[in-house]
Amino acid sequence: MITPTHYLALSAALFMIGAIGVLTRRNIIIILMSIELMLNAVNINFVVFSHQIQNVVGQVFAVFVICVAAAEAAVGLAIILAFYRNKETVNIDDMTLLRW
Amino acid sequence: MDLIWLIPLLPGLGAAVNGLVGVRFFSKRAAGLVACATMAAALALALYAFFELLGLPAESREHTVRLMPWITGMPLQLADGAVGTFSIPWGFRLDPLSGVMILVVTGIGFLIHVYSTGYMHEEPRGAYARFFAYLNLFCFFMLMLVLGDNFLVMFVGWEGVGLCSYLLIGYYYEKKSAADAGKKAFITNRVGDWGFILGMFLVWTTFGSLDFRTVANAAAAMPVEAATFGTLSLITLLLFIGATGKSAQIPLYVWLPDAMEGPTPVSALIHAATMVTAGVYMVGRNAVLFSHAPMTMEVVAVVGVATAFMAATIGLVQNDIKRVLAYSTVSQLGYMFVAMGVGAFAAGIFHLMTHGVFKALLFLGSGAVIHGMAGQQDMRHMGALKKYLPVTFLTMMIGTLAIAGLPPLSGFFSKDEILYKTFLHNKVIWTAAAATALMTAFYMFRLMSMTFYGTYRGPAFEHGGGHGRKNGHGHDHDHVQGQGHGHGHGHDHDQGHGHGAHGTWHGPHEAPKSMTVPLMLLAAGAIVAGFVGVPAALGGGNAIEHFLEPSFVAHATHTVPALSEHTIAGESKGEVVGHATAAAEDAHAGEHHLSVAGEIGLMAFSVLLALVGIATAWRFYVRAPEIADRLAARWAGAHRVLSNKYYVDELYDATVIRGTMAGADGLWVVDAKVVDGAVNGTGWVTVFSSWISHLIDKYVVDGLLNVVGAVFEEGSYLFRRAQTGLIQNYALVMLFGVFAFVSVYLFMR
Repeated sequence: MITPTHYLALSAALFMIGAIGVLTRRNIIIILMSIELMLNAVNINFVVFSHQIQNVVGQVFAVFVICVAAAEAAVGLAIILAFYRNKETVNIDDMTLLRW
Repeated sequence: MDLIWLIPLLPGLGAAVNGLVGVRFFSKRAAGLVACATMAAALALALYAFFELLGLPAESREHTVRLMPWITGMPLQLADGAVGTFSIPWGFRLDPLSGVMILVVTGIGFLIHVYSTGYMHEEPRGAYARFFAYLNLFCFFMLMLVLGDNFLVMFVGWEGVGLCSYLLIGYYYEKKSAADAGKKAFITNRVGDWGFILGMFLVWTTFGSLDFRTVANAAAAMPVEAATFGTLSLITLLLFIGATGKSAQIPLYVWLPDAMEGPTPVSALIHAATMVTAGVYMVGRNAVLFSHAPMTMEVVAVVGVATAFMAATIGLVQNDIKRVLAYSTVSQLGYMFVAMGVGAFAAGIFHLMTHGVFKALLFLGSGAVIHGMAGQQDMRHMGALKKYLPVTFLTMMIGTLAIAGLPPLSGFFSKDEILYKTFLHNKVIWTAAAATALMTAFYMFRLMSMTFYGTYRGPAFEHGGGHGRKNGHGHDHDHVQGQGHGHGHGHDHDQGHGHGAHGTWHGPHEAPKSMTVPLMLLAAGAIVAGFVGVPAALGGGNAIEHFLEPSFVAHATHTVPALSEHTIAGESKGEVVGHATAAAEDAHAGEHHLSVAGEIGLMAFSVLLALVGIATAWRFYVRAPEIADRLAARWAGAHRVLSNKYYVDELYDATVIRGTMAGADGLWVVDAKVVDGAVNGTGWVTVFSSWISHLIDKYVVDGLLNVVGAVFEEGSYLFRRAQTGLIQNYALVMLFGVFAFVSVYLFMR
């Protein structure tokens, strides 16, 4: 029997994979994808607890998150594209313009 | 009589028309006509009013016209603590005294206006109108002075005539000496005015009124200050200081001889006949006050006789024809003050009147001489003019005999009246006055001898026409149709000042009709003017004394018939005018009276003195001219002192003027060092304190700001290390933060 605990473990694992991806990878596109992983981990949490407490609001919220994530991916990819045109790179270590 | 306010206003109107319009637009004829017409109208009005006045009974000969209020009710505190109402009307009063004065002013004034149309003929058009505007303005103020019914209206006239005197002395304003003489006259008069103003203040605080009649009546009720120097003595003394300024008495006489810089008609009208008598008139107007202050009276008499004597001695040696007459004027004014000082007010005014006539005559005559000599004023360059200027000679001779005091000319009666009254009062003063009479006869005949007799000493001239140039004292002048030679601007005093001498000068010549006719009229006046005051001893009634008497006494005490001087003298007049007051009584109480024989003896003596003076002058200057030079050489020291007018001008220069200048210098130093120093000091204090503020601002305020800035700047070195710009660093820190908060939350729960 798959209990909410399993789902939560999956969600936590997924979130950690995303987080580590964000912190360690140097390609910004990978980082963006890792962020998607973290968002989807959250979505799993929403759906699990929605099902657990029999309230549909969590699932509605998950759909919202997917929408926002899609928009975010579009905006993020546009920024990356603009950046790439200027700097010829997508390496995050070169993106230090706001340094002191 | 209700129209007396028009008498001053008419010349004032003439002055306004000539001064505002005439200077620009009038021809000479029009300007002269306006001036003479207004004066003629004023003269006619004055005569009409005077005869109306004569028609009244003696005790009611006083008519006041209040034209309109001037200063309306102003509360002012008086000396006794009460609060009086200071209100002054534009009031004019015709009484015997002002009646005589308006006749003198308008009569002589009119003749002099006519004379001026001839004398000033060579002036340019605008200057001509300006001259007549000034002359009319003078008559306006002078008439206001004599007609004013209170001190303040009189003071308006008093200041106005001073102003006109200044304007007319400085008429030839391009000439520095004339401008200086004008200033001298004005400033000297201001010294006198100071006394007059103070006297006026004191009159107000003492009596609470400035109306002459009110003051006189109030003063009559006060005791005579025989032994004490009280308020009345102080008032009269201050007023007398004003009189010394206006009437050229010691110590303020110095301006009058210099005033001769003005045109000769001005000298005749202002500085001989009218304005300089204002002081005498003012004393006469306040006769009641003065007769209550015997001490001041003594001062007046002594100052008068000292001035008369001193001026006469200076007159002995002057060579400028107008200066001789100027000193003669000062001397005769001294006589009038002697008369005032011994209480013979009527005699003083009588002499004022006769002197006005014959001195105007003499001045106008001298003007005719100067005119005929084309500007020459030095008698050493005249002589033998009798045959060239017969009319002038004859009229001036009448004037000279009148001033010398030969009967039956006018000067004899008036001067003798003064000498007689003085003899009764004080023998010492009488002696000095008699000596002055001797000198008067001498210097006047010296003037006549040097001018009209002897040999001609003037510049050479050609008989007939010709256009030859003259050396020596040639004068610039155009030859106008027939009569009247020009005398360029300014009659210089020194010889040999020919300015080019383009024109021709046909030698001394008689003046035009417009000048000789006034001379003849004045000569007639000089003959007959004395007959209004023939003394009782000679069978006359001394009409003028009785006529003037009401002006010199208080009117309050009609019911107390006191004995007046004339009843004591045993005159046949039945009219015991009941207004002789205690004052008049006291003034005359100590006097004894001479018999008729004694009075005639005195007259004979003064005539003898005059004859001696005339004979001496004749001998010195006509028969044997070398005697005068020999005497001058022998008494060189005395001659020098007299020629230099006792060095009084130099003395004043060394004391008063230098003193004023030194005071001004001292004050300038005070101003430069103390006042400016204080100003500069505050400036320095401001600069210094602002410098301090600047330091505080720079180091304290800015310092605090900089410290704050520095703290943040230094702190930023530490904290900006955190800003790596690496987004993963931020995310890591965030993540650790979240872990930390969650851990804290979990463990602290």
